[in-house]
Amino acid sequence: MATASVLIQRGHHRKGDIVTLKAIIAHPMETGYRRTEQGAVIARNIIRRFTCHYDGVEVFACDLFPAIAANPLIAFTTVATRTGPVTFTWTGDNGFHHAETATLTVMD
Amino acid sequence: MRRLLLLLLLVLPVRAEDIPPGQRLSGFETMGAEAQAMQRDDFANPAMLSVREGEALWSAAPAEGGPSCQSCHGGPATMRGVAARYPAFETRQGAAVDLAGRIRLCQQDRQGVAPAARESGALLALEALVALQSRGLPLAPPGDARLDAALARGRALYTTRFGQLDLACIHCHDRNRGKSLGGTIIPQGHPTGYPLFRMEWQATGSLHRRLRNCMAGVRAEPFPPGAPEMIDLELYLKHRAAGMMMDAPAVRP
Amino acid sequence: MSSPFSPPSGSEPDRRFVLALGAGMAASIMVRPVRAEPEDMTRAILAFTGGAAPTPGKVALDIAPLVENGNAVGVEVRVDHPMRADDHVTEIALFTEKNPQADVAVFHLSPRAGRAHVVTRMRLATSQHVTALARLSDGSFWTDTREVIVTIAACTED
Repeated sequence: MATASVLIQRGHHRKGDIVTLKAIIAHPMETGYRRTEQGAVIARNIIRRFTCHYDGVEVFACDLFPAIAANPLIAFTTVATRTGPVTFTWTGDNGFHHAETATLTVMD
Repeated sequence: MRRLLLLLLLVLPVRAEDIPPGQRLSGFETMGAEAQAMQRDDFANPAMLSVREGEALWSAAPAEGGPSCQSCHGGPATMRGVAARYPAFETRQGAAVDLAGRIRLCQQDRQGVAPAARESGALLALEALVALQSRGLPLAPPGDARLDAALARGRALYTTRFGQLDLACIHCHDRNRGKSLGGTIIPQGHPTGYPLFRMEWQATGSLHRRLRNCMAGVRAEPFPPGAPEMIDLELYLKHRAAGMMMDAPAVRP
Repeated sequence: MSSPFSPPSGSEPDRRFVLALGAGMAASIMVRPVRAEPEDMTRAILAFTGGAAPTPGKVALDIAPLVENGNAVGVEVRVDHPMRADDHVTEIALFTEKNPQADVAVFHLSPRAGRAHVVTRMRLATSQHVTALARLSDGSFWTDTREVIVTIAACTED
């Protein structure tokens, strides 16, 4: 169970408006380049893919590499089409998977 | 005669002189603009993820069947002002206790569960949640006479030389505050923002963890988190920073 | 498969050889992680573009020129180009010059984005150049590069 936060830009959105979406998730994003004091490599453990689904389609996706900072924060935009759930998913090493949903309300 | 005076200066014990209130600067004020922006934005502040975890833990009853924090205390907002006056004197223990220690005592005595380990994510999450409720309030260490001995020990620790580098806290954080050391500005060391997300840790951690970094930095054997010495030192640091605004959970480089 | 340190078959490893083996292993452990050379970033960029040279322009990479701590550096990329069904930005990619690995992230966009604008936080191992690339639906590639000075690299303290 990961801790994550998603934020849909506040305000009244009309159909066609560009809305900013933000997502952050608690994750160490272990690079795989660090070593312990004894010299053993600390295994890579990162989120590899982030996606956003809204109104039936994947509206945004992102491939992440170890250079993305811990607790990855991603902000992007989407066009408001109609009121409905926006689903954010994160997948990564060691079978990591997490999803969050928020509602984007579009005024008629 | 002059040489004798110089010799005396070298051997005289170091005295702690608090920084005048007008000259006190928190770590927030001495860090870069980007780190400040990260702290100000509750969404971007990674320590707030710890707070969110704390919110979930606050309202969850332990599996063993005891009460949740919520059932005794009500909402987290009832904790307003609490973090600002810790460490406090814990009567049954007969000693000073820090906020993390207080939470652990609650878990053990009131909830009937094994207390969360020091520096564990769960304990930091609860500590961050409680500390957030004091954000914007001045640090107000209690003027409790029962804490006088601990405060005196803390003040002594602050001026004690440690480690292979043979340095006391006062040498960097008072005598050389504001100067550069290896690319960073030496902060005054006021604990206004704990628990905080330290970029060097890539994680949220406690004041005791930061103090352990300092001790490792002077090549001393660090006190374990929660040790009486840590609590004494924390008590002194809070007194030294009394009146300064809390900004927990903070971000620091 | 024989290792470079294995003795010729039939001979007993002598004390000097064992000592050398130990020293060799110790040396390999003490070697710092390999840093990406500038050619690595070029290679990564060309792998992304399929060999095409990107054109400077359209892309605005926003990143602080002087960074206090390389562990969490804010980065923002905007592409000055429409997001129409027939003409839009399909991908934005970020690369570094001197991190152990050149790739940072690849953002996949569609006309549903409305705008080609992404924000994230990245790690910088040392002072270096950061490059942003945009792929358009017409197959062209555009780019912007910024130099960043990092005061404290992305290394961590316990």
